[in-house]
Order: sequence, then C-alpha cells, then structure tokens
Amino acid sequence: MKKEYWNKPTMGLWERLYIFEVIRGLCITGGVFFGNMWKWITFRKGALTAYYPEEIRSDYSPNNRGRHILTQRPNGEVQCVSCNMCATVCPAYCIEIQSTANFEDPFHPKAPDRFEIDYSRCIFCGFCVEACPEDAIRMSKDVPNLPGFDRTKMWAPQDLLMNWQPQRNPAKVYPSAQTSTQEVHP
Amino acid sequence: MIQDLLVYVVFMGYAIGVMLGIATLFTWVERKQSAIMADRIGANRAYIRIPFTNIKLVWMGLFHGIADGAKMLLKENFTPKTYDRFCFNLAPWLAAVPVLVVFAVIPFGGTIVPGDLIPALHDFFGSRSYTMQVANLDAGILVIMAISGIGILGTMLAGWSSNNKFSLLGAARAASQMISYEVSMGLAIICLVVTYGTLDLNQMVQWQSGTLFGFLPAWGIIVQPLGFILFLTAAIAENKRVPFDLPECESELVAGYFTEYSAMKMGLFMLSEFIEIVVVSALLVTLFLGGYNLPYMNDTGFVFPGGSTLAMSHLAVVVTQVVTFLVKVVLVGCFQIQIRWSLPRFRYDQLMRFGWKFLLPFAAVNLVVTACVRWLTL
Repeated sequence: MKKEYWNKPTMGLWERLYIFEVIRGLCITGGVFFGNMWKWITFRKGALTAYYPEEIRSDYSPNNRGRHILTQRPNGEVQCVSCNMCATVCPAYCIEIQSTANFEDPFHPKAPDRFEIDYSRCIFCGFCVEACPEDAIRMSKDVPNLPGFDRTKMWAPQDLLMNWQPQRNPAKVYPSAQTSTQEVHP
Repeated sequence: MIQDLLVYVVFMGYAIGVMLGIATLFTWVERKQSAIMADRIGANRAYIRIPFTNIKLVWMGLFHGIADGAKMLLKENFTPKTYDRFCFNLAPWLAAVPVLVVFAVIPFGGTIVPGDLIPALHDFFGSRSYTMQVANLDAGILVIMAISGIGILGTMLAGWSSNNKFSLLGAARAASQMISYEVSMGLAIICLVVTYGTLDLNQMVQWQSGTLFGFLPAWGIIVQPLGFILFLTAAIAENKRVPFDLPECESELVAGYFTEYSAMKMGLFMLSEFIEIVVVSALLVTLFLGGYNLPYMNDTGFVFPGGSTLAMSHLAVVVTQVVTFLVKVVLVGCFQIQIRWSLPRFRYDQLMRFGWKFLLPFAAVNLVVTACVRWLTL
C-alpha cells in the first residue's frame, strides 16, 4: 500500500488501541520521575540543570573566555600601560580607561588610574586580550558573580579586576621579571 | 439547630480550605513534578526574606504560588473594547464557581458524632451524627453532573464576549469538546450507578468498603476498570488539560478562550483549572478508589478478609478517614499531573473522533455489560 506521506506511521492494533501505549509512556516518565526523586531524597542531585550563579559548572572548556584579569608586575603595580588599544578594539565599547602619569617609574610613565569593564555590555569576544601589547589583560575561564540585579553594579572596577581570585587556577601567572625588563622605553 | 449550623459552617470552611489549599499546592506540584521527570530542577527562585536579616526562605520554591497570586492581583486589569461588558465580567465567575460548588456533595469523611468526639461538647451536641459532607444529597452524582455542566457556560461566555477571534475559536472548541466528553462521562457514571445501586455518594463509598470474592476490596476501580479509564479520560477532557487542551492551545490560539483576560480574571480561570484537578481527584477517589476509607475499613474499624476485626475509637476512625481522603486526593492529582506532562496533544479531529468513536462506544458497551451482569446477579 502506498503511503500518503513518507513517514506515515504504521500502527498495529496494539498501538491503535492507544491506552496501552499511554500506559507505556506513563511508565517511562514515571520511571524517570521516581529515579530522579530517589536521588533527591537521598541528598543527591537528580537533575541535569546547574544552579547557574551559585554552582560552577565543571565542564567549562579550558579556553573558555570568562572574566577578565588585569595582570600585575612583581611589585604589585598593574601591568597595563594605558595604551587604550583594548578600549579601541572593543566591539561593545565596554572598557573605560582613565590614565594617570607616573614619572617616578621611567619605564612605565603611564598607567591606568581607572580601568573599568561594563559587564552588562561585554560580549566576551576576547579582542581586548589579543590586542593588548603588554599581556596586561587576560581572561580566566571562570565567570563568578557575573549576574546582578542592578545595572550600575555590573561595572567591574580596576581593583576587582586585579584582585579577584580565579577559583580554578589560583596560581595566577604573571609575566616573568625578564620579559618586563626587556621592554626598553626612554 | 444551632449545632447543625455550626457543624456545617465548619464543614464548609474545611471544604473550601482543602480545595484552595490543595489547588495552590498543585501549582507547585505541577512545576516540580514536571521538572523532576524532565531532569530539571524546577522553580526555586522566589523567596521571602526575614525582615532585617539576610536570611532568605526558599522552601523548594513553595513561594512561587504566593508570587503568582500577588502578581495576578496587582497587575493591571485590562479590559478590551467589548460590546458585552457584563458577560465579560461574569464569565470567570461562571467558570470558577461551579467547580467550587461541586465539592459540596463529595463526602470527605464518614459519619462524625461531635458529642463522642469531644467529651466537653457532649451536652451541647447530644448524640447528633453528621456525615462529613457539606450537602448530604440523595442524588449527589446527578448534582455533580448538573453543576459541572454550568462550567461550559463560563468558557463559552468568555470566548464570545471577548470580541476576539482567538477567543471565539477557543470557546467553540471548548464547547464542542466538553459537551461531547460529557456524554461518555455520563455513561461511565451510569455504569457506576447501576453497579452501586444508589445515587448517593456517601452510600457509594460505604458500598466500596465491602469486599469482592471475600478478599478484594470492592473498589470501583476493581469492579469497573473500564469505567475508571473512561471516567478519567473524560474528566481530564472536561478539565481542558494537556492531552485535550485544544480550547487554550498556546501554539495556535494564543491562550484560547481567555486570551483577552488579564490580572485576576485570568487568574480565576487558572485557579478554577487547578481546583478542578482537586475536584476531579476527589470524584475519582469517591467513585472508584474507596472514598475516605482504607481497604477493608468502615465506620467502626477494620474488617479483614480472614474474618478478624479491628475496632477503632471514633476519634481514630475520623482522623484516619480525613487523612486517607486527603492523601488519596493528592496522589490522584499527582497522577493527573503526570498524565498532563507525559502525553502529546490531540489534533482537533482526533479529539472528536476519540470522543465519539472510541470512548462513547466503549462506554455504551460497558453500560450494557454492567446492566446484564447486574440483572443476572440480582
């Protein structure tokens, strides 16, 4: 017999009676329900969902572009020389840099006074990291405390960017002392 | 006289409290149960903060019901430009009230003698006894059919007076669906009436407290298994929930017959849907699952198949019956929610074909067989 359309279901009497297939479907969903319920009752998690802000997923890719880190020199100064390249390349215009002059340090006369990222606008493209000539900005794979209820609280100030502790790699690698002395500026 | 009044006021309060309470609980159960069977967590973000502290009470998302209610009460009550404002305002009440009224005839416990229950009140109540039921009617089951039929009017009126094509389509679907499923529901109930030989719901429950072949509890589900399936199907179709949610199918008709309703008027439709789960569960429990009695139990205690008996005090019997009824209602409600989240929806022609060509013949055959058996065994 020619089918009316290509995937027309072929049902026997058993399927046509419907009630038994309904019971089978209920058994399937019921089985999943009781299986998951048993996990919940025995204090395990019976769901695939991650509680988003509270729970850090274990399966982030190692190259995941997460929250930014501002790296520091060994003396604790910020590595950034305030060249504004990240702010220029940023497609979301979410980086704000205000520079200050520091004539005490002839190698780094210019440093950011205020380096802020607006996480309500950041699209995590990673262009800032690629544009940076000084390896001053990096992205950790973690995204802690990103969500918020208030737009004004989504701004990450320089202090936070420098000092938040990435939970997955606590050993935040800074550029070594040699590389920082290699740069020759007047 | 004053004693009767007091007792029935308490019964009414209990009935309304149970219905609204369990209906609110079911909004939570529906969310959580569907989530758990789909490997999700379910709504768990609404919280109440204890004032002046940072302690947030979440309680597994139980407060989402309160949040929903508050949202519906506080939202703007938008009224469309309709030519029939009276009917538009009347419709939610016509949908919600019959559902509430149906519960009046359902017995939620056996006979109660307040004088024996609380010795301090013995002088006041004397030896008066009451069946735990708001309205003790001889023809309870007919009243249920009659009143639940009014619910269709609310749906139709809502769709008609909304002045919206989606609503009108939804209402037309709702009307034809509910009327056609009421037929097989009625036939399933007639089978029960033939089996039990009474129209009184309380006597039906007492009939079910006996045994069948000496050992099986004579529950309606065992005496009338096909009738149970037919009644369950028809009742879910009456309730307009998912396998039969054609009147309000969101993918085609926005929200069906209550598209134009907002705020608490829409909330009344939703609430009546959830109360109807409770009522349908209570009906199923009363008609098919032994009502407020545990297996082998009657108003005096247990009579086990072996012939041994276990007498219970009046207080123990009353408490057991009330708790049993509540537990049964909640379990059957959970089963309905499981059905709602498991089965795919019918197409409209399938729905009508299922109702008229599948359910109705089966109900008719069931009736004939029941009548024959009853005739031969009388």
